[in-house]
Amino acid sequence: MRIPDFTLPSPVASLVGTLPATPPAWLLVQSLNHLLKKGILPADTGLLDGRCFMVAVKDAGLNLCFCCSNEAFRLAPAGAVPDLTLSANFADFLRMMLREEDPDTLFFNRKLSIEGDTELGLIVKNLLDSVDWSETPLARFMAV
Amino acid sequence: MTDTLKLPELVCPAGSLPALKAAIDHGADTVYLGLRNDTNARNFAGLNFDDKTAREGIRYARSRGRKILLAINTFAQGASTGRWRSALDQAADLGVDAVIVADLGLMEYAARHHPELRLHMSVQGSATNHHAINLARDLFGIRRAVLPRVLTLDQVRAVMDKTDIEIEVFGFGSLCVMVEGRCLLSSYATGESPNTHGACSPARFVRWEQGAGELKARLNGILIDQFVKDEAAGYPTLCKGRFQVGGETYYALEEPTSLNVMSMLPELIDIGVSAIKVEGRQRSPAYVAQVTRALREALDTAGRERHRFSVRPAWQQALNNVSEGRQETLGAYHRPWK
Repeated sequence: MRIPDFTLPSPVASLVGTLPATPPAWLLVQSLNHLLKKGILPADTGLLDGRCFMVAVKDAGLNLCFCCSNEAFRLAPAGAVPDLTLSANFADFLRMMLREEDPDTLFFNRKLSIEGDTELGLIVKNLLDSVDWSETPLARFMAV
Repeated sequence: MTDTLKLPELVCPAGSLPALKAAIDHGADTVYLGLRNDTNARNFAGLNFDDKTAREGIRYARSRGRKILLAINTFAQGASTGRWRSALDQAADLGVDAVIVADLGLMEYAARHHPELRLHMSVQGSATNHHAINLARDLFGIRRAVLPRVLTLDQVRAVMDKTDIEIEVFGFGSLCVMVEGRCLLSSYATGESPNTHGACSPARFVRWEQGAGELKARLNGILIDQFVKDEAAGYPTLCKGRFQVGGETYYALEEPTSLNVMSMLPELIDIGVSAIKVEGRQRSPAYVAQVTRALREALDTAGRERHRFSVRPAWQQALNNVSEGRQETLGAYHRPWK
């Protein structure tokens, strides 16, 4: 499966922008914790402890904010300033997650932006790269 | 015509177990890795292999008839050579097919304590002529040398004529100023460089600032480059920064660019290089898969077609897409004025 080139139409962003971002962020946090608990996400949570993240899906107008504390991911408290912000369009986040495209490639091509603590960004990138999806039901969706 | 020439080994990078598997699954003959510390030149947070993942990777490669090399290619620092020696002990214990070493003291240690461990001289060892290579062979029994990316094709051939040691050359990947094993530029801004700490422009010194118009790259506070909207960006290293020189601001040292020798594969096969290496242990499994697949097909095709070989657009496109700076060069291999 190759992700086709697409950008979400701008009404999506204006619509999503009016909705609370909490449900998608909650879903993301639950998924991360599930992967952590199953040992699929080989996270050294010590490296992430006390750090806050923002995943900005630009064409969806969605900012997902979460933090890591006490070996689990949680929704970011109101007003938390992210240590690391990753921004890209929805299709590019998908390509990155499904290992169709390398984050450095997207970065060189200016499709992914990284702001804040660059080393934390590297930790997150390398963490995602080291996940072995082959033993999970998601394996059939992965490009590599 | 039967093809009697042996194809060079395709040596691909891996910074994680999924990248290692991607390299093997897409046609690498050999995969090189590093341990999770400053004994290798990609000492990045969260990258590289611990004992468990290294063992699993070696198992994966062996069961498919491929080889694993371990890069221990930084220079042991005065007070703490123990970590580098332990890395060599670990390599022997893991049973890797060879270690890639730059430091002469470590070569001596390996030759003395692990005579069965195959030694490759790293590109960081900076051996550009047959005297240096043959000396390392005579002293430490090295079996292969990785040539720095500063030689023309004719110079590579000239080195190979005067040594019986296997020669490995770079085939694809990001370029820098290529003062391999001797570059301290990163230290001027951060106090750390690849040879001493295993990383050029360590990430903790890097800040990307998105302004209203441009993206600024800062290394330890120093502005080293800025990119206008949609302009291709590169790694934030000093050698690829833009500087004011004589009233003009430009890439005074090196432009962000990638080496790509695809069009030269028939010549590299002809002169008999033993291996062609892909740069990029810091990259993700997607990059490893894309680059390995393209180079595997190109190398096999070049072996079959020899001098009728032409680069197929699909391979070129695959490599262009992942290139730093989105431009490519034959680098030093092609210097018509030499």
